[in-house]
Amino acid sequence: MHELGVVFHVIDSVEELAKENNVKHINSVTLEIGTVTGVVPSYLEDCWNWAVSKHELMTECKLKIEKIDAITHCQDCGENYNTIIYGKTCPKCQSPNTYLVQGNEFNIKEMEVI
Amino acid sequence: MENVRIIEVKQSIFADNNARANELRQELKQNKIFLLNLMSSPGAGKTTTLCQVIRILKDKLNIGVMEADIDSDVDAKKIAECGVKSIQLHTGGMCHLDADMTRQGLENLIDGNIDLAILENVGNLVCPAEFDTGAVKNVMILSVPEGDDKPLKYPLIFQVCDALIINKIDVLPYFDFDMEKVVENAHMRNPKLEIFPICAKTGEGIEDFCAWLSKQVEDWKKD
Repeated sequence: MHELGVVFHVIDSVEELAKENNVKHINSVTLEIGTVTGVVPSYLEDCWNWAVSKHELMTECKLKIEKIDAITHCQDCGENYNTIIYGKTCPKCQSPNTYLVQGNEFNIKEMEVI
Repeated sequence: MENVRIIEVKQSIFADNNARANELRQELKQNKIFLLNLMSSPGAGKTTTLCQVIRILKDKLNIGVMEADIDSDVDAKKIAECGVKSIQLHTGGMCHLDADMTRQGLENLIDGNIDLAILENVGNLVCPAEFDTGAVKNVMILSVPEGDDKPLKYPLIFQVCDALIINKIDVLPYFDFDMEKVVENAHMRNPKLEIFPICAKTGEGIEDFCAWLSKQVEDWKKD
C-alpha cells in the first residue's frame, strides 16, 4: 500500500550511511520483508527502479528482497501457526486470543557498495 | 575493478519511524502541546466532526489543525472557516504521514500558543495505522454506511487507536449496522478502546467525545 514512501525512506537511510562510509556507489540493497507487512514486492521493485534513477549514488542499484514468513502464536493452546493461511483465529482451538510472532518486519539488512 | 564491500545496515524502517515519533512526543510533552492523530476511511466525516469539536472547544483551548491529503486544500479552508488556524499538507501521492512529515507540519502550524494540535490523516484504514506520527492519542472514525464488520477486516487501526467515534448514527435505520456487534468486534481487537456514537451533522454525541478529549489534553499538560 505504501511502497513509494517506504522506498524514499530506504533511500534516505542508505544514502546517509553511504556518505558516512565514503562510498562511491551503492550496487545493491537487501531488504528483509515480512509477509504480512502489506508491502507488495513487485510494486516495491517498480517504485525502487524509478526512484534510484534519480540518485547519483544509486543509479541502477539492485533491490534484493528476502522474505520472512508470518507466524502467529495462540495464547490459549500454545500453538504456533501460519498467519497467512489462518489469520487471527487459532486453527487448533479456534481462540481469537493470538498475537503475531514474526512477519511484520521491514528491515534494511545490508548493502553492497564500492 | 574497484573493491566491492558489504555494509551491514540492520535497520528496521518501522523501528526508525517509531524512534522519531517518540522523540517528537517528548518534545510535545515539554512544550505542553497535545497532538491528536485522527484517522478514518475517505468520507467517514473527519472534517465535519472536527468542525463540531472546534465549535465546542475553541473558547477553552487554542486549536490548530493540519489537513493531510494527496491534493487540494478544500479541507483546510473548511477548518479555517470554523475560526482556528489550519494548514494543508500534501503528501505527494503518499497514503499516510510518518513522524518526520508530522514534525514538518507542526513547525508550520505552531507559532504562538497551541494547546491542541490535530492531524487529520489521509483517508485510509490501512497505511496510517502502521506509522506512528508522534501523536499523544490516536482516534478513528467509523461511519455507519461502512459496516459493522470493519474491526474484523482492518484489525490494526482498531488496535492502535485510543478512541473510536461511530459517525452518522442518524442513518442507522437505513443500514444493517448492528451497534452491539461493532462494539463487540472493536473490543475484541482492543478492550481499552473508548467508543463514542455521534452524528457530526447534527452534533449529537459530540459533547461526550469533547469531554474525553479535554480530559486527555488536561492530563497531558499536567506535571
